[in-house]
Amino acid sequence: MGEFAYVAPTSVADALDVLREHANNGRRAQMLAGGTDLLVQMRGLDKAPRTIVDVKKIEEANRLDIGSDEIYIGAAIPSAALNENAALKALLPGLIEAADLIGSTQIQGRATLGGNLCNASPAADTTPAMIVNRGVCVIASGGGNRELPVEAFCTGVGVNALADGEFLLGLKFPHPAARTGDAYLRFIPRTEMDIAVAGCGVSVTLDADGRCVDAAVGIGAVAPTPLKVEAAAEALIGTKVDDDALAAAGAACTAAASPITDKRGTVEYRRKVVAVLCRRTGAIARDRALGAS
Amino acid sequence: MAEAVDLRVVGTTPVRPDGVDKVTGRAQFGADLNMPNMLHGRILRSPHAHARIKRVDLSKALAMQGVYAAVSGADFPMLASGEVSGEAGGDLADIARNVMARDKALYHGHAVAAVAATSLEVAEQALDAIEVDYEVLPPVLDVLEAMAADATLLDEQCFTKGLSETPDKPSNIAAMVKLARGDLEAGFAAADVVVEGEYRIPMAHQGYIEPHACTATVNEEGKATVWCCTQGHFDFRTMTAHILGCKIADLKFIASEIGGGFGGKTVVYLEPVAVMLSKKAGRPVKLVMTREEVFRATGPTSGSVVRVKVGARKDGRITAAKAWLAYEAGGLAGAPVGPGVMSIFAPYDLDNFLVEGYEVLVNKPKVAAYRAPGAPQSMHAMEVALDDIARQLDMDPLDLRLRNAADEGTQAPYGPKFPPIGFKACIEAAKKHPNYLAQVPEGAGRGVAAGFWFNIGMQSSAEVRINEDGSVVVMEGNPDIGGSRASMCLMAAETLGVPYEQVKTYVGDTESTGYCMVTGGSRTTFATGMAVVRACEDIIAECKARAAATWGVDKDQVEWQDGTAVPAPGVNADVNPLSLADLAASASATGGPILGKASLNAQGAGASFSINFADLKVDKETGAVEVLSYTAIQDAGKAIHPAYVEGQMQGGAAQGIGWALNEEYIYDQDGVMENAGFLDYRMPVASDLPMIDTEIVEVPNPSHPYGVRGVGETPIVAPLGVAANAVRDAIGIRINDLPMSPPRILAALDAA
Ligand SMILES: Cc1cc2nc3c(=O)[nH]c(=O)nc-3n(C[C@H](O)[C@H](O)[C@H](O)COP(=O)(O)OP(=O)(O)OC[C@H]3O[C@@H](n4cnc5c(N)ncnc54)[C@H](O)[C@@H]3O)c2cc1C
Repeated sequence: MGEFAYVAPTSVADALDVLREHANNGRRAQMLAGGTDLLVQMRGLDKAPRTIVDVKKIEEANRLDIGSDEIYIGAAIPSAALNENAALKALLPGLIEAADLIGSTQIQGRATLGGNLCNASPAADTTPAMIVNRGVCVIASGGGNRELPVEAFCTGVGVNALADGEFLLGLKFPHPAARTGDAYLRFIPRTEMDIAVAGCGVSVTLDADGRCVDAAVGIGAVAPTPLKVEAAAEALIGTKVDDDALAAAGAACTAAASPITDKRGTVEYRRKVVAVLCRRTGAIARDRALGAS
Repeated sequence: MAEAVDLRVVGTTPVRPDGVDKVTGRAQFGADLNMPNMLHGRILRSPHAHARIKRVDLSKALAMQGVYAAVSGADFPMLASGEVSGEAGGDLADIARNVMARDKALYHGHAVAAVAATSLEVAEQALDAIEVDYEVLPPVLDVLEAMAADATLLDEQCFTKGLSETPDKPSNIAAMVKLARGDLEAGFAAADVVVEGEYRIPMAHQGYIEPHACTATVNEEGKATVWCCTQGHFDFRTMTAHILGCKIADLKFIASEIGGGFGGKTVVYLEPVAVMLSKKAGRPVKLVMTREEVFRATGPTSGSVVRVKVGARKDGRITAAKAWLAYEAGGLAGAPVGPGVMSIFAPYDLDNFLVEGYEVLVNKPKVAAYRAPGAPQSMHAMEVALDDIARQLDMDPLDLRLRNAADEGTQAPYGPKFPPIGFKACIEAAKKHPNYLAQVPEGAGRGVAAGFWFNIGMQSSAEVRINEDGSVVVMEGNPDIGGSRASMCLMAAETLGVPYEQVKTYVGDTESTGYCMVTGGSRTTFATGMAVVRACEDIIAECKARAAATWGVDKDQVEWQDGTAVPAPGVNADVNPLSLADLAASASATGGPILGKASLNAQGAGASFSINFADLKVDKETGAVEVLSYTAIQDAGKAIHPAYVEGQMQGGAAQGIGWALNEEYIYDQDGVMENAGFLDYRMPVASDLPMIDTEIVEVPNPSHPYGVRGVGETPIVAPLGVAANAVRDAIGIRINDLPMSPPRILAALDAA
């Protein structure tokens, strides 16, 4: 493992100080949440020295609020804690099932939504699920907090929208409207401990007749960043989210995808499978929305 | 053979003696040994798949603070060719060149130099300071292209072995093996159906969880001690002595507990390097591979192209079979094409066949043994062809195999007549198995295939010592990779007539027990087990002699019953029976400590046959395969410890299914493996598989005192064909190549 110093600031201000000081001196500082990506990287290819800034001692990063308008999830909260929160699971089942796909029980004891997002892997499982739930990043910055929609956060493979001296404090989601259901599915060749070949999240809101009045579709592992697919959402809105509508949404996902051929799958394969996942995920989201009505 | 005797402990399933230490973390594995002043070694590996090494300069690395030694190919003697026996990797000169490259780097990851330093970090920095000039050559990656007349050569001195005349030009074909019988043309002419296919399988790794690791210390007299994880420390000692040009007596090898080997730990990689570094540094040196190094530079088994053509009559009788095999050896010779050729038709009684196999050099890691080396690749092709025939004839695949099954007296394709074997018994058991009688679940497909492995015997030693309290110590020299200590205890307890708990088995180091060939070839329970039984018989003879002396009767007037010396029936002596404990207690008066020993070169290892079948379901939209049920039926001769025999069958099935469905070495065009880690080298995880059902068939091997046949390797053979045939049944399309990964299956479905 590369050389590193470790600091654990207890306030946002202290954390920003450490980051600013490093930026001013041209030294590398890197935030640590669960470390399930970071430590692997430090043992592997990225051995350059750095200061590790732990986010877990900062109060605002540990808060979990379920308000009537808004849900706030601090950037330091591990997946396991989210999964054990029955109220949250009832509200955002698709997001929690995405978090529950990450690694194993042990990994989930550490891994966070924030780390999954900041790591900016195209295949991050929770990112499409956050996108479809209209997630917003709360970013601690020198001039106060700023906000950014989740779909705008990842800017490339392993690159995110944080400027030097900023860090992610938490994630906000609007409280889901009545008759809303979300879901996330990924495809992996194994049953677990694998990385998505393609992933898809869907959220739909239905009216009393079961007609879709709002929808969002997010896809992962089929482009350099997770994508929000507006055309897929439009294919669902106004329909009963029936097979035809789902097929159209799936086709929109295929069209939006710009995958690569690599050891995990071919371009053709990923384009096809992302449509299959969209159809299956959309049906689950619809049934959940119906169940919720 | 003790068939008629009622067995008391053989066939029971006590907990293995090494279990507690393993589940509590106390067991010492290869990387667990630490010594005062120990240095950490790292190996510099070739960044090119094929390159001439023009110059290696270690001086800058040696000048670094904390660096104590550095070595490269020039520090090791050049070896002339000389065979290594058994499964242990082929020619020693090739093993030596694999341990440390000399004039050429033959694959990406080939060891080029090594350093020892005060910490791993310093050692890694020192690797960066080593200067190597390479002349990069075009990599040869495809086995068929490698065989072409105009292919780039890996070795200008490679003249194909096994041809009637040595060729006048070098090539990448290291060896050719051929077996034939009967009249092929007439055989095919007599056939009502003929099927034909070409099947490709990429390289696959053994996937043992414990990376290779060793620690060596060399003292001022040049005497070395090496701790390592190995399947055979005696053979590691021999190989290391040859590679270093030192005496066997100067090396002591101690085997640690081992976290999986599957054949891959029958050959040295690190040990000669660690000894050389320690010798130069004057301090102990530890070398531990990373997972990435394990993938890039150890194992794997051969990738292969197999062509097969089989003809049969309407009644299912095979009239002719022909096969052509090309196996990748990696950068240096040593591919298991011989066993591939010998095994492909082994389960069947054939009048007319021809099989030719080629061993081909390619710029990939030098292959190592992997469970039944060579058999899964070739037998996959044959078992698929038989499935196609059964379909064309509308015949049950088990009936087709029964129709052609080899039995006692059948002349094996590779020569000898089979002694009693259990293939037919396995087929019959499968036909009656509830899983086979059950309907194939809706939407799923069923596949059937046979498995086979020769098994070997060879040299083993064992010593049995009686402690002062009558407890028994068994000393032997085979690293325990599958519960063999428990099996040795069971056989010793059975033979001596004492409880299992009274016996402890230890794996001695190279100086505390006699030579035992590697734990490989499924030989340990058979050959070393036989030595243990003989050593126990030696103990019994000794105990009878001492009882006779104590009682003042003749030796032949004493019998051994339930662990006790008793007067023979009709012997008129009013004496108390003497237990092992009694005899041990009085040992000082009767001749000193009681000791038995045996050494042998075991002959007559019985071949083990199997039938496996499975129900698989294919998601036709994603190409994902789900294993709904899997049943493995295998002849164990006699299961000494049935639960561990089942463990072998289940483990082999899991590995074979992984190989069939997802595992593969993926290369880029430069010959760099792209998936050198468990994330993308997709071995199955526990949740990928159902409980593997097993049925042990017991057709005793007449050559072993309890009827044992080796069981460790056969289990991996059938699953490849089983999976291929089940997928065929499920989707109606034959996929010839492995692995049947989701993209490959979906592409086949889309093309149909
Ligand atoms: C065995 C295993 C299995 C895995 N399986 C999956 C899987 O199935 N799906 C999947 O998507 N991922 C998987 N992962 C990856 C990883 O667990 C997830 O991405 C996880 O959510 C990362 O969260 P973390 O808190 O551990 O992040 P960390 O490792 O702590 O951080 C990840 C990155 O984000 C940065 N970062 C973290 N927090 C902040 C912050 N508050 N502000 C700014 N930057 C920050 C870090 O500097 C680092 O660059 C797996 C990892 C392992 C080891």
